[in-house]
Amino acid sequence: MIQLPCPWCGPRNVSEFRYAGEGGSRPDPATTTAQQWRRYLYMHRNPLGWTKENWYHGSGCRKYFSLERHTETHEIRTPEPQVEETSTSENAGESSVAQEAVEAR
Amino acid sequence: MLNQRIQSNVREAAAKALPKRTAQATGSRNGSRNGGGNGARNGKTARYSALSLLSHGLTKKDWPVAWHKHDLAKGYDVVIIGGGIHGLATAYYLAKNHGIRNVAVLDKGYLGGGGSGRNTAILRSNYLTPEGIRFYDRSVKLYEGLAADLNFNVMFSQRGHLTLAHNDASLRTMRWRAEVNKIQGVDSDVIDPPAIKKLVPYMDVSEAARYPILGALYHPPGGIIRHDAVVWGYARAADAYGVHLHQQTEVTAIDVSDGQVTGVQTNRGPISTPVVVNCTAGWSTLITDMAGVQTPIQTFPLQAAVTEPVRPFLDTVVVSGTLHVYVSQTDRGELVFGASVDPFTSYSMRGSLEFVEGLAGHVLELMPPLHKMRLLRQWAGLCDMTPDYSPIMGPTPVKGFYVDVGWGTYGFKAGPVSGESMAECIATQRTPEIISAFGLQRFTDGELVGEKGAAAVGH
Repeated sequence: MIQLPCPWCGPRNVSEFRYAGEGGSRPDPATTTAQQWRRYLYMHRNPLGWTKENWYHGSGCRKYFSLERHTETHEIRTPEPQVEETSTSENAGESSVAQEAVEAR
Repeated sequence: MLNQRIQSNVREAAAKALPKRTAQATGSRNGSRNGGGNGARNGKTARYSALSLLSHGLTKKDWPVAWHKHDLAKGYDVVIIGGGIHGLATAYYLAKNHGIRNVAVLDKGYLGGGGSGRNTAILRSNYLTPEGIRFYDRSVKLYEGLAADLNFNVMFSQRGHLTLAHNDASLRTMRWRAEVNKIQGVDSDVIDPPAIKKLVPYMDVSEAARYPILGALYHPPGGIIRHDAVVWGYARAADAYGVHLHQQTEVTAIDVSDGQVTGVQTNRGPISTPVVVNCTAGWSTLITDMAGVQTPIQTFPLQAAVTEPVRPFLDTVVVSGTLHVYVSQTDRGELVFGASVDPFTSYSMRGSLEFVEGLAGHVLELMPPLHKMRLLRQWAGLCDMTPDYSPIMGPTPVKGFYVDVGWGTYGFKAGPVSGESMAECIATQRTPEIISAFGLQRFTDGELVGEKGAAAVGH
């Protein structure tokens, strides 16, 4: 089981979280057309590699947060602008190694 | 331009293969021989039969190769990406039904190494929407005649298919499905726990179970098949029509100019072609991205596992949506277990421990006597999930670029009918009625074909 670094609770098993996808900017419901709205609902990127995505810590602090995950290796790294971390130092160490490995490829 | 080229090829090939009959006739195996190149053998294969088995057994002669290796040609009339059941079936029906034989099937790995070799080999047609039911019903019909058609034993065993209901909501969906199925002429009915016990004596149908079984949707024509044999059978038959099967050939780019496909780049060199068909699963969005076409697909792994072989005791396929599990026993005696897709997108095909733990708990919930069985192995396959749990088939905004993607957890079941209808779509330049509901346009038009209630476990 992979672990995700919740910025508030620290590293926890992925089974505590709900995957919320990449998200994106929501069109204004008052002015959008049906086609645009459906694009927003259905059309998402499906990258092989690093992706920035949102997770919901349903069995913990019940807050949303973002992280970067490699969709093939499941390596995790926290995106640049992030809440001050204290408890995720171990994961951060791993992810920087992982990042180098991926960049070297 | 593309249309003309394909159409003229159809006429040419038809004239070569069937001098006195139309291109639509199916008996092209009796056609005349044309020298060299594609279509040289006109679909003729060295027949497998009881006699050939006996003579090979006595003489210990080598069997003829099932399909041949070829150099990459400079150009093909149709290039199919993905050498699984969908790609190979499309190639086979293009050659057989439409006389288009200058076709290449490219696979980055080996034939049948993706979803075609990773599914749990269950076939059924008891879907929920009228569009889905008629489509999968045609598929089951084609599977029924496939062994004779391909001269390859695909070991189709129509042993019946049970979908269990553990709560009122599921039972309601089962009744709904049964009625829609009956209207479409598909054999399907809701049965009660005593009837289930009769079919599967080892199942715990007592009210004391943690999730008591209230009933089940019983679908007698459903069953299991040997999935590798289906792939090999199609590959061998397509090869006999002159289709080039290129393994270890990865597509790196698709050439598009003025909104029209002109060729593909591969790790073995470029190929020029007016038609590219994306028959990949798992990686399908990577291919559609190359052509600049956007599809609403997300890739999720689905894990499965198999036990050691035991004496036959489970005659039907058992599916439980509530417990996220399905079980069947193969002809070799192994129990094959499948589950719902993993909870987040991924291209990883590694198995996970929590999957095995969850799976074992759910299987024992259904059949407690299995607690001493040992798992032999587990694996994962990649599923291209669409928002409505129906596939995406047909042309795209890029001319000459066709898709047969979004096969979620139900692609293997649809192999033959997909090949047949995609071949028709490409050859006639019209979308056949049977797949007309599955076009890419439906997502922006808001015409979804909601099949989630019958296409997946875990909802």
